[in-house]
Amino acid sequence: MATVKTYVRPMQGWWRRNPYFVRYMIREGSSVFLATYAIILLVGLLRLTQGEAAWDSWRAALTSPWSILFHWLALLTVSYHAWTWWKVAPKTAPDLRVGGRPLPEMLITAGGVLATLATSVLVYVIVRWM
Amino acid sequence: MADTRTIEIEVLRYNPEKDAEPHFETFQVPFTNDTSVLQGLLYIKDHLDGSLTFRWSCRMAICGSCGKMVNGKPELSCHTFLRDYYPGKVRIEPLSHFPVLRDLVIDQRDFTEKKLPAIKPYIVPGNPQPLSAGTYVQTPQQFHKYYQYSQCINCLLCYAACPQYGLKPDFAGPAVLALLHRYNADSRDRGWEERAEVLNAEEGVWGCTLVGYCSEVCPKGVDPAHAINQNKVNSTMDYFGVLKFLMPRGGS
Repeated sequence: MATVKTYVRPMQGWWRRNPYFVRYMIREGSSVFLATYAIILLVGLLRLTQGEAAWDSWRAALTSPWSILFHWLALLTVSYHAWTWWKVAPKTAPDLRVGGRPLPEMLITAGGVLATLATSVLVYVIVRWM
Repeated sequence: MADTRTIEIEVLRYNPEKDAEPHFETFQVPFTNDTSVLQGLLYIKDHLDGSLTFRWSCRMAICGSCGKMVNGKPELSCHTFLRDYYPGKVRIEPLSHFPVLRDLVIDQRDFTEKKLPAIKPYIVPGNPQPLSAGTYVQTPQQFHKYYQYSQCINCLLCYAACPQYGLKPDFAGPAVLALLHRYNADSRDRGWEERAEVLNAEEGVWGCTLVGYCSEVCPKGVDPAHAINQNKVNSTMDYFGVLKFLMPRGGS
């Protein structure tokens, strides 16, 4: 390639330039809450293996105001994360076709969201009443 | 004409011989209901400042040469109309993430001379037949497997929409990977192993973090994000050595 003087524009602050990128960053950022919540659950499992006293102290720790604040925040961000997860599912899914035509993206997203809601209700019912 | 109005167009100017960095220049441009952004730029060049430099050719969204950032979004300027921005102003910049050569002209050689040739963007037949054997036939189902990807016009809007390409210019990028899939998905092609090195690389499909904006901005309905993310699965299967058994046409 011949050398030509060009101007390379800086990328600093790129994600603030377009609302689409802001939503992308929120989507990626929300996974931090998801991971933290998963770690807290895993710690609970570990404490369960260490006997009744350890289990009870883990459960007591969950009732602190900071813990409750975190869990509300995590519920919000993870709900948003779940929505974005299904929103991009048509891009990560294989080339799904019905009668030779591509399955509408909306159906894949709606199917995923419904499955998430149904599973959440099912888990709630099992935990609460069974 | 009775319905002529005037809109403010802000254009990025950069003269490599004089300027250390680009600046914006504002023009008042008359327009009617059917004036495209490209025609607005042509008005500036014809009547206000002949030194304004930009690429264009067909004026009907098929050649792919007039892509610009219009109010921060990658658009074909022939396919975007001034009426939709009035009474606000229009800010026109060269396509993001590419080096600026002059005014609205980008240096696209990274794509045309480096990345595109690397994927062998043509059919690589397994056992070439003589012309006398006739055409390679294909069913409509086989045709529809790659049809949308073959609509790419190399306009580079998807690269301007991809922050990963801006941050890591070595990333193969949306159009190249969509075209790679276009040939791999063609029943007449046997070249997937020759393209595997580009596809499997860190700078190949794995450079994509699924921002997804490439598929939003494509003026031809190509879905690069889908092509890339389907091929993350193919790349994984290739890593474990199972792809060649799953590809009926594989490993010719």
